[in-house]
Amino acid sequence: MTARNAIALGIVVALVAAGAFLVWASAPSLDPVDPPTHASFAPDVVERGARLAALGDCIVCHTAVGGAAYAGGRPLETPFGVLYGTNITPAPERGIGRWSEAAFVRAMRAGLDREGRHLYPAFPYDHFRLIGDDDLHALYAYIMTREPVDAAPPPNRLRFPFNVRPLVAVWKALYLDRGRVERDGARDAAWQRGAYLVAGVAHCGACHTPRNRLGAEELDRAYEGGEAEGWDAPALTRAFARPWQPDDLQRYLRGALPHEHGGAAGPMAPVTRDLAQAADADVQAIVAYVGALRKDTGAAAQPPAGATASEAGRALYEGACAACHEGGGDAGGALDLANSSLAALPSPRNLFRVILHGLAPQQGERGPWMPAFAGAFSDAETIELAQYVRGRFAHLAPWSDPSAILREVTRTPDERAVSGGP
Amino acid sequence: MIKLHVNGRDHDVDADPATPLLYVLRNDLGLNGAKFGCGLGQCGACTVLVEREPVFSCLVPISAVAGRPVRTIEGLGTIEDPGPVQRAFIAEQAAQCGYCIAGMVMRAQALLEHNPAPSAADTRRYMSPNLCRCGTHMRILRAVERAAQSRQAGDTKTASSGR
Repeated sequence: MTARNAIALGIVVALVAAGAFLVWASAPSLDPVDPPTHASFAPDVVERGARLAALGDCIVCHTAVGGAAYAGGRPLETPFGVLYGTNITPAPERGIGRWSEAAFVRAMRAGLDREGRHLYPAFPYDHFRLIGDDDLHALYAYIMTREPVDAAPPPNRLRFPFNVRPLVAVWKALYLDRGRVERDGARDAAWQRGAYLVAGVAHCGACHTPRNRLGAEELDRAYEGGEAEGWDAPALTRAFARPWQPDDLQRYLRGALPHEHGGAAGPMAPVTRDLAQAADADVQAIVAYVGALRKDTGAAAQPPAGATASEAGRALYEGACAACHEGGGDAGGALDLANSSLAALPSPRNLFRVILHGLAPQQGERGPWMPAFAGAFSDAETIELAQYVRGRFAHLAPWSDPSAILREVTRTPDERAVSGGP
Repeated sequence: MIKLHVNGRDHDVDADPATPLLYVLRNDLGLNGAKFGCGLGQCGACTVLVEREPVFSCLVPISAVAGRPVRTIEGLGTIEDPGPVQRAFIAEQAAQCGYCIAGMVMRAQALLEHNPAPSAADTRRYMSPNLCRCGTHMRILRAVERAAQSRQAGDTKTASSGR
């Protein structure tokens, strides 16, 4: 065989393989329907769907900051590029108004749009496939009775090869149906309900479980801590700082600021805002299940031998932090840092984020607030301060090599924080 | 001793390194432009510039600014010869009681140094950490716009038309 023939044969084999792959990766388009009328859904079913949508926090990814609800356009930074939340209002052309319930269920369980295109797994269908038929029906009823908005999100900006949608079929073949709702006959009904909600609609593992290099959850390390939008999503399997009591966790998840722990920040803040709209019993069920995930003994960390607080760190803390964090009532109840997970987490990422970019509730809403200190401290001082806070409040040895994380946090201010520095 | 570099001058300050910069500016250096408002970083009356960034001087310990250039409103101009941003605030009569204004001027100065032609939305976003309890925000926004225009025109005297 000449070299030329070998090349020609190679090209033919590659084309056949590519064609076979595309056939394997393809899915049929489902017929469009006329958008269902509000009257076609019973009000109590729509109401149940609303409660479920609050548990799933659909609105956050599917709504741009300041944009119309569920109309899409919110950017989601991923290691593979930027994805934009889609328009899931029942607008007939640019929303999902022409999706039958079968098409909706297929999207939620198989990650395909009505036309049969693969959806990226940033849409957590690996969790949503665990949602029961009745609950999916209620979610469909809720979504299809929202205000239609005729708007299209910006096109995704993914790097090659992740911008080749049919490749998502490979991801699905590897990872789609691994998740299970945990069963344990010895547990009570609240725990069972919690297991179903946490694995399915609430998709807690999407942030709190670490992901592999292809962005799939490492299920053998479920809830051992992951990452979300530049924040660490702490492990749910162990306590940081003070162990959670069920009542505190319940209040925290519903958007309160329990003084024993502090309120939610970063991507968790909108989750708690939405959980406040969910059914109380469902949040209690989540608390029952998540509370039982803890494997550690909850013993407080001991001061490391020979740990000495740095004088420079002390001066920074006393001058910049103590006025509020030890100021009692005048400071509007700033968090006692001994109660915060920030100093005890395995990485300083969240602490750096809060120090540099501050905390700000969305306009018109309640939430933790803190001024941003970007610009006030040099990098070395920010690290000095963070290590001081860790040693003093978490009694833990300094974080090793915090510089790279500090650079990353400096580069990526939080979209929710007030810009413009302190 | 901590060496501070304020408005182009060096000062040796003998104080606890945790002392907030604001206290040293006012009590030791006699620079009373920056005001104590809340002491909690919530109001912005104490805003000064460190290098090019606005900071709440009530929450910045002097140890953090040792050797870094600090600018206060006294560094922008004098009563006889106000700087361009100060002139724009005067022209728009942006002060009512005036307590917040030194902080507002400093934050506006930082904004215009970073972005000489801010949009109205840029200005609102950037100025949002600073509060005015008299409610002169609309005049302050106009003053920032006027200062930006006069800077773009390259005519530092335009902003003084209201004097």
